[in-house]
This record gives sequence, C-alpha cells and structure tokens, in this order.
Amino acid sequence: MDAFRQPKILMLGIGNILWADEGFGVRALETFNALYAASPNVSLLDGGTQGLYLVQFVQEADYLLVFDAIDYGLEPGTLKLVQGDEVPKFTGAKKMSLHQTGFQEVLSAADMLGGYPEKLVLIGCQPQDLEDWGGPLTTPVRDQLRQAADLAAIILEQWGARCRLRARGEAFAPLLGNDIDMTHYEIQTL
Amino acid sequence: MGVQTPNGFNLDTSGKRIVVDPVTRIEGHMRVEVNVDSDNVIRNAVSTGTMWRGIEVILRGRDPRDAWAFTERICGVCTGTHALTSVRAVEDALQIRIPENANSIRNLMQLALQVHDHIVHFYHLHALDWVDVVSALSADPKATSALAQSISPWPLSSPGYFRDLQGRLKRFVDSGQLGPFKNGYWGSKAYRLPPEANLMAVAHYLEALDFQKEIVKIHTIFGGKNPHPNWLVGGVPCPINVDGVGGVGAINMERLNYITEIIDRSIEFNDQVYLPDVAAIGSFYKDWLYGGGLSGKSVLAYGDVPENANDYSPANLLLPRGAIINGNLNEIHPVDHRDPNEIQEFVTHSWYKYPDETKGLHPWDGVTDPHYELGPNTKGTRTNIESLDEGGKYSWIKAPRWKGHAMEVGPLARWIVGYAQGKPEFKEPVDKLLKDLGLPTAALFSTLGRTAARALESQWAAYKMRHFQNKLIANIKAGDSSTANVDKWEPKTWPSEVKGVGFTEAPRGALAHWIKIKDTKIENYQAVVPTTWNGSPRDPQGNIGAFEASLMDTPMADPNQPVEILRTLHSFDPCLACSTHVMSEDGQEMAKVTVR
Repeated sequence: MDAFRQPKILMLGIGNILWADEGFGVRALETFNALYAASPNVSLLDGGTQGLYLVQFVQEADYLLVFDAIDYGLEPGTLKLVQGDEVPKFTGAKKMSLHQTGFQEVLSAADMLGGYPEKLVLIGCQPQDLEDWGGPLTTPVRDQLRQAADLAAIILEQWGARCRLRARGEAFAPLLGNDIDMTHYEIQTL
Repeated sequence: MGVQTPNGFNLDTSGKRIVVDPVTRIEGHMRVEVNVDSDNVIRNAVSTGTMWRGIEVILRGRDPRDAWAFTERICGVCTGTHALTSVRAVEDALQIRIPENANSIRNLMQLALQVHDHIVHFYHLHALDWVDVVSALSADPKATSALAQSISPWPLSSPGYFRDLQGRLKRFVDSGQLGPFKNGYWGSKAYRLPPEANLMAVAHYLEALDFQKEIVKIHTIFGGKNPHPNWLVGGVPCPINVDGVGGVGAINMERLNYITEIIDRSIEFNDQVYLPDVAAIGSFYKDWLYGGGLSGKSVLAYGDVPENANDYSPANLLLPRGAIINGNLNEIHPVDHRDPNEIQEFVTHSWYKYPDETKGLHPWDGVTDPHYELGPNTKGTRTNIESLDEGGKYSWIKAPRWKGHAMEVGPLARWIVGYAQGKPEFKEPVDKLLKDLGLPTAALFSTLGRTAARALESQWAAYKMRHFQNKLIANIKAGDSSTANVDKWEPKTWPSEVKGVGFTEAPRGALAHWIKIKDTKIENYQAVVPTTWNGSPRDPQGNIGAFEASLMDTPMADPNQPVEILRTLHSFDPCLACSTHVMSEDGQEMAKVTVR
C-alpha cells in the first residue's frame, strides 16, 4: 500500500437477517452505522448471505472488519474478537454452515485472485437460536450489539481511521430500509 | 423386484444405502440417500431439504410494497429475481401498470442475473464435478495453450499465462489451503479430463470469478447498490436524466454507455469462454449421459422477459412458457397460475400439516404449518437421523405438482419447451452443439444436457441484454424518461381485498409468488421456488421428484466418493433458499458420506 494513501477499510456485516441470531452480523453493522460516523476511507457493506459474490469487496479492502455469528460453543451472546490468520479458521464451513460458501472460501478466493486484506478482524457473537426462521435476534445477542459496535470503533481508531459518536438526533443514511431495518423488523416479529 | 412409480421409475430399496449429508457447493442445506445394487447402480433415491423456510409466515401483516425487500433475503444467490417476482405479484393484485423503460430495465437486471448466476454456477459450483483441480498441476502449459487456442480466440491463452497460473495453483495447494477447491474428490476415476483441459478450466474458474464482478455492476447502476439492489412496486427506483453529469443515482448517458460496455464483455465471455469450455468438457463425457430423470418426461416453464411492458401472455414472453408431460414434445400445454386445479402443493411426505393431506392446495390458499414427524422405519433419532423413511414425512420441501404431475424446471426445461415449439433461437444452438459433439437429440435429456442448456441460456441472455439496452436507449432518445408509475402508491387507493400472482424464470427455474392483500396488509403470501419443484419429495400417488428421478440408474465408480451424485444434483443448480451460515471453530468438514 502507498504510504501516503489512506487505507481502504471495509466493515462487512454478514448473515441472514430473517433467521434470528444469524442476523447478528448485519444488525451489528446497522447499529454501528446508527451510532458512529467514520472517516471517508471507511465503507460499510451489508453482505447478507452473498458468499463468493463478496470477493471483489474483500479484494478491494486494505483492512477488513467482519461482523458475523460464530458458533464457538460459548454462552449465547458472548463476543469474540479474532484477528489476522486466526480468522479463516473461524470461518470454515461445517454442518452449521448451510451457505454454499463459507467466508473462509471467500478469503481464499480473494487470496488466489490477489488482494488479501493486509489487516483482518472478525467480531463474532455466539448465537442462542438459529432455528427460529423469521424470528428476531434473541435478547442475549441483541444486548451485545452496542458493545460490538463500540469494539469496532476502537479497532477503527487503532487502524488510524477517525470515528465519532453521532450527535443525538443527527441525520444519517440508514443501512437498511423498506421495513427490514431492525426497528421495524423486530417490532413486528416480537 | 421393486415398486413402480406412476411417473415411470422402478424403486428398489434392497441394496445398501448411501447417505450424503450435506450436499456441498449448493445454496442451502440438502441431504440425499440412495440405495445401490451390487454393481453400485442407484436403484432408489431420496432427496430432502433439511431446513424450513417460512417467508410466508414472516410476511403476514406487512406492507405489500416492502415484500420484495424480505423476499430478496430468502436466498443468497437469486436475490433480485425474488424481488422482481414479488413486485410483479403486488402489481398484478393492484392492477398497476409499469412504464416501458421500467420493463426494459427490469429485463436488463433479470438477464444480467441469469448471465451472472449461470457463469458463477458453472465455474464455481459445478465445474469441479467435471474438472480435477489437482490433476491440473501435472498439465503441460504449452499443450494447454495449444488446446485453448484450438477451441477459442480468447486472448488469455499463451503458454506463459498457463505456466504462471499453474505456479499460483501449486503454491496454493502446497500451502495446504485448498480453499474453494476443498470439497472435491480429487483423483476419483469419475474424472475424465486430461490435465491440460483441467488446467484450462481452472484458469477460467479464476477469470470467471474476476469477471462476475463486472456483470453485477448493472444491478448497482439500476438498483442503486449491490448486493441487495432496490426495487419498486410500479416501476424501477432509478430516475433517468440523460443530460445529468455525475448525478447520484440518476441514469445518464455515461452510465448507459458503461452498461453497454459490460454487455459487450458479457457476450464475449459467453461466446469465447463459457460455451467453448462446456463443449470441450462435454466432449470428454459424452458417453456419460445419465441424470435425465424427469427432463425427458415432464417439464414446466412459466416464461419470462416480456418484450413489451405489462403483457405477460406467452406470445409477449421471450423465454418460453408451457408444460410438457409424459415425454410428448408434440403437445405443449398452456399453464395458468390462477387455476386452482393446476399448480398445487402436497405435504404427505413433507414436514407440514394440512387438514386433508390427500389433497393438494393451490398457493393462494396455501398453508404453511410446520409439523416434524418421522416415518416408522426411520433409523436413528429425531435429532440425529441415520437414514430416512421415505414412506413417511421426510423433507422440509413441499411437493408441488402441475395437474398432478411431478415436473422439472430450469434452463433445460425452458430450452426443451422452446425447442419443442420449434423456435429457431432455441432449436438451432441446441442442434449445433449436439452435432458438434456427435450426439443425438435424446442426449439433451441428461445431466450434461442440463449443464449445456444453462450455458446456451447464458449466451442467449447476454444477447437479449443488448436488445433491451438498445431499446431503452432508443426510448429515452425519443423523449420518454418515465421509470415509475406511482398512481396507486398510496394504500388508500387500493381495494379492501385483492389477490395477485407474479412469476419469473429464475436462473434455476420457474418461480412464482402468490399474494393476498386485505385492508392494505399482506394476508397470505406463498412462494413456490424452483427448488421446491425440482427437490420435491414424493406425493400421495408416489411420484418421485426431479432430483430423485435424476439419480436413478446412475452407476457410481465408488460409493464412498459420490462424484456422480453431486454432478447430477449440481446440474440443477439447487438452491434451498435458506442460506444461513454460522461460522464454526472446527471448519473444514467435507460432506459426510455414510454407506450402510
């Protein structure tokens, strides 16, 4: 990377918002966006369950921060910070990984094509319920969204990006709309 | 010995049972069990979707104008096509007419999705059923170059190019991280390509991965963002402002020219890479013509890509519409989504409850009431099934039937209908490909035929993109910049009770959403997705579904390495539309194959 250029930082939320705690990644990113304004070299991407289709975004990033639900057999709602080479180990496909492509494979594909992020962090959360199709986040996971967002802000600062808490009532572009934003989705499913 | 199904298959469960769970490289979670005879030929097949999807339940009570945003999240790969189907269902219910530009733009988005999805499916989910990645390491780069140049003018074909690529692949494999290539049975006797063809295919695997990002820019431009582009009931959300410069969101000439460029490159990639690859790979497998299943018997296509806006009649649809039953290509039956006796879903073998399960329900009156119970001959426990009892309930997928018939849907179904209608744009490329391979028409009804039809369709779709792009530009130049009709946007303009149906041809096959709206909210919403058709379990009459039928009578080289099963199932591009993916500490697990 050019020493005089700001690193391109990608914050990526992945998972399915229609599937209870599987939605953690996207909801954590949505929470971050509601709480913080970051410098222009930081971009936010709701990756959903796009798998391999995310490879170009990963390739373009110098630093990558991922939010995702990780099944690590911990207490539901436990946050886990994973860094660097440890990340692919946490993102492999197993029985729980019903997705065609584990995020590990997206990382490998980025590696093969050229463009593996220089810095990589995963903020994971242990889900409680993955069976509840159409359900909202469970309480233990929802309770961690703020902390996950705060943790991301600290990491961004460490990466040299500026990040500030939004003022009360500050207008901002929401990450999700059309009734699938957290407030509307969860109010109606609770 | 065995049981004859009404749709013509002889099921024999006496041989040993093989369980593949999960079937890898698909969207969603799927399990397959087969019985093989003493020669390892498949004599019974059971396919099950092991995840419940309840979009119907989620949508009840919501604003119909937002339904597309939810349905876009059902699935990780065909997001846009669900959104399009959803807005069409709402427009049908509320009798909303869309502007001509909106129709062209929607077609461009849908066709771009077809091309994108077909290319990604072939190279990244399916090619590895035919291509042995590890064998590519022993290829001679010079011979690979000669092979590549003999089949296509594609410029990336020098010996040096393949040598570099082989080096990259070798470093990758040596580092122990097979990554995207990890779920393969490398070295299996079921692989037939010479090392050079394998290396060429691996090169194109990477090129396709790099190219796919260009195609989706069409969604970014028209849909405002990607992933998860925006859609709009009544049209498309992007305004047109041809004189605008760099305006955010608006479509101007600069953006349109950029799209033209992407379309040209898509045509080139299909013509010079995808099609030649399929023909080359096909030439090594042309005596492996298993997997036809229902394709030679019963196929269904809804049709899609309306030439003119608001006319969904077969004559106006560029992708063909119709049903063929019992292998009679001389008779193409009309299909009516609204007729309660045509499309019905059964649950006798599905984990749902109906008041009377001997009868099917039309989707407008559909019921989604989960009910998990296992048949008496199930082995194992409720949470850890060793083998399923297909005599009882055994899948989360319902069993849709058209006038009682199990049907195959997808690119092959569409191309068979188009072929049977005698339309030159479908018939001629099929005949040419078959002639080049020295194969009879009957060879089309196979796994390879399914794979080839998808490639032909990708090529077809890329040229149709050019057609709608030209049409859009001409219409704009003629002074029409309208992209949305908002006359009925306000719910107070709606009748108190209406129902509608929207349909598309998703990359994997016929897709329709049925909606009932009451007092401005969704009262019932049912989606019958392509994989519900193809992956359906048995029905009350005992007809087996398309996946199950396609596996019948296929010989396996080694039951412990189910390459043949994966190859045939992948040829449908299965999508169980549930897409959850939690990361786990001990990744790396390959599909478990159990032989009993």
